[in-house]
Amino acid sequence: MMKIAFERPRSMFPVPTHYCPGCGHGIIHRLLGEVIDEFGIREKVVGVAPVGCSVLIYNYIDCDMYEAAHGRAPAIATGCKRVHPDLIVFTYQGDGDLASIGTAEVIHAATRGENITVLFVNNAVYGMTGGQMAPTTLLGQKTTTSPYGRAPKREGYPIRIAEMLATLEGATYIARVSVHSPRAVIAAKRVLKKAFEIQINGLGFSLVEFLSQCPTGWGVSPTEATKWVEEKMIPFFPLGEFKVPKNEKLVK
Amino acid sequence: MDEKVLITGNEAIGEAAIQAGCRFFFGYPITPQNKVPEYLSYRLPQVGGCFVQAESEIAAIYMVFGAAGAGARVLTSSSSPGISLKQEGISYIAAAELPCVIVNVMRAGPGLGGILPSQSDYFQATKGGGHGDYHLLALAPSTIQETVDLMMDAFDLADKYRNPVIVLADGCIGQMMEPVEFKERPSEVFPPKDWAVTGAKNRPRNLLKSLYLDPEKLEQHNLKLHKKYLEMAKNEVRVETYLTEDADIIIAAYGTVARISRTAIKILRKKGIKVGMVRPITVFPFPYETFAEISEKVDNILVVEMSLGQMVEDVKLGVCGRANVHFYGRVGGMVPTYDEIVREIEKIRRSQVS
Ligand SMILES: Cc1ncc(C[n+]2csc(CCOP(=O)(O)OP(=O)(O)O)c2C)c(N)n1
Ligand code: SF4
Ligand SMILES: [Mg+2]
Repeated sequence: MMKIAFERPRSMFPVPTHYCPGCGHGIIHRLLGEVIDEFGIREKVVGVAPVGCSVLIYNYIDCDMYEAAHGRAPAIATGCKRVHPDLIVFTYQGDGDLASIGTAEVIHAATRGENITVLFVNNAVYGMTGGQMAPTTLLGQKTTTSPYGRAPKREGYPIRIAEMLATLEGATYIARVSVHSPRAVIAAKRVLKKAFEIQINGLGFSLVEFLSQCPTGWGVSPTEATKWVEEKMIPFFPLGEFKVPKNEKLVK
Repeated sequence: MDEKVLITGNEAIGEAAIQAGCRFFFGYPITPQNKVPEYLSYRLPQVGGCFVQAESEIAAIYMVFGAAGAGARVLTSSSSPGISLKQEGISYIAAAELPCVIVNVMRAGPGLGGILPSQSDYFQATKGGGHGDYHLLALAPSTIQETVDLMMDAFDLADKYRNPVIVLADGCIGQMMEPVEFKERPSEVFPPKDWAVTGAKNRPRNLLKSLYLDPEKLEQHNLKLHKKYLEMAKNEVRVETYLTEDADIIIAAYGTVARISRTAIKILRKKGIKVGMVRPITVFPFPYETFAEISEKVDNILVVEMSLGQMVEDVKLGVCGRANVHFYGRVGGMVPTYDEIVREIEKIRRSQVS
C-alpha cells in the first residue's frame, strides 16, 4: 500500500473554493484547516467569518461558525468566548474589515486580552467590492478609489496593524507572515500554530497578519502578484513576531 | 422573594434580568440608564455571570450577538443615541434569529438631544429601526413592578420566538423608585437551542448567518421571519383598558404618560367627564383590535405622547376613520402634566358641544 502523503484536512469540506486564481485566501484557509486538524480541536472550534471575499469561509471550514457584520468579528468572538471559555474561537478578517471599519473592535479585544485568535488577511485592497483603496494600500498604489496612486497628502499612509497592536499590554502574541512562496507558507503555518497554541494554553489574545495576494484587485497575474508581495509589500510590512509572551521561544 | 423592595427602575431592570436567568451583559455608559450597567457590574460576578463594558454600543450589540448565538440569555441596555448605534447589530440579530433582550431607557433627541425622559424612539422600536424587513417584540412598561415583570417575560418571549425583544422604558421609569416584588415564576420549557454555536461535537456544524445571495432563498427567509411576526400579533398582544366601559372619550397612552393620564382621568371623572384609557403594553405587536373596537363606541380618542406624534399613527390605523383621533405631545424632555391633559380633553369636549 502506498503511504498517503497529502490529503484534505478533515476540518475542510471537499469543495472547490470561489476564490480567483492566485488568491491568498485559499492558502490561508488550508493552513487553518491543517492547524485545526493537527491540534485535534475541530469539535471545539468556533469561527467568525468577516464581510469581504472570505465571507464564505464557512463553506470551506467545517466547524461551528458565525457570519459577522463588517468589522465586528472580534466583538462576536468576545461574546462567544465569554459564554464558552473552553471553546477555541477565531476570527478571520480582511484589511478593510479589521483595519478600517473594525479597528475599534480589534484594538479593544486585544487590550482586554480576550483569549481568541485573529487571522488578519492583508491584501492591500478591498477585494470583494472591486479593488478600492484599503487602509493598507501602499503609497503609490493605484486602486479604483485612488486612481492617481495613493499619495500621503491626499489619502494618508498605510496602517501597520501588527506593529500597532504589539504596543498593547493586553495582546499576547502578534506576528506577520506571508504566503507568496512555499517557504513563506511553511513559516506561516508554524506561526499560525503558535497563535492557536497561545489560545489553547489560555495565554490570551493572538493575531497573525498574513500578507496575501489579490491578483484581481491588483490587476496583475498570479505570478506577478507573488513578486509584488516580495518586492512591494514586505519592505513596508516586514515579516516577524512583534509580540511574544515572556518565557516563550520565538518560532523562527 | 415575594417581599417588596424599594428600588430604582434601572436597578430593577438589572435584578429582573438576573432573576430571569440572564448571566451576560454587554453595554456602554449613557445617561439616564447608567444604573443598569453599574448594578450588573456588581451583581453578575456574584452569580457566576459576566459583565463587559464594551468600547462602544456597536461592539456591545455584537457581543450580544456572540453570546446569544452561543446559547446564553443575554442583555444590553442603553439610551436613545446608543440605541441608534446598535441598530446595525439588531438587524443582524433579527436576521440570524437570535434571542436577546435590549432595554432602551429613552431620552430626548434628535442628535445628542438631552438626558431627560422621552418617547421619541417609538418608530425606531416598533417599525424596525435598522435596515431590512424585521421587527422586535416591543414591551412598554408603565410602573417599576411592570418593568420587572416584563423584563422577565422578555427573556421568555425572546427564546420562544428566537427574536430580539426590546423593553421600551423612559428616563422617568429608569430613575424613579417604587416598591417591587420579584415574583417566583413557573418554570417554562423552551425549545432546545440546538442551533447554537457550541462546538460541532457529535452533530453537523451550526452556522449563524444572514447572507443569502440567492434572491429566492432570501425571499423565503424574509417570509419565514414575517410569519413569526404574524404569530406574535396573534399570540402576544397585551393591552390594558382603564374605565373604558362607560367612557365617552378615550385617552391612548403608554409608559410614563399612561400614569399621568390615569391621574387626569380621575380629575376629569370628578368633573363629570367620562374618560377612559387604552394603554398598549406591547407596542409591537400593537393592539389594533382594541382600538378598532373602542372606535365603535366613542367619537373621540386623544393620543398623548412624549413625542410629536409617533404612536398616534398606529392608533389611527386601528381606528381606521371610525373616530376622531386627536394628539397632544410634549418633547425635549418636557413631561406632559395631568393639568395639560385635562385641558386637552376639555377642549375636545367643548368643540364637540359647539
Ligand atoms: C457596513 C458595511 N459597509 C460596507 C460594506 C461593503 N463591503 C463589503 S466587503 C468590503 C471590503 C472588504 O475588504 P477586505 O476586508 O479588505 O476583504 P477582502 O475582500 O479584500 O478579502 C466592503 C466595503 C458592507 N458589507 N457593510
Ligand atoms: S478579489 Fe482578490 S481577495 Fe477576492 S477572491 Fe479575488 S484574488 Fe482573492
Ligand atoms: Mg482586503
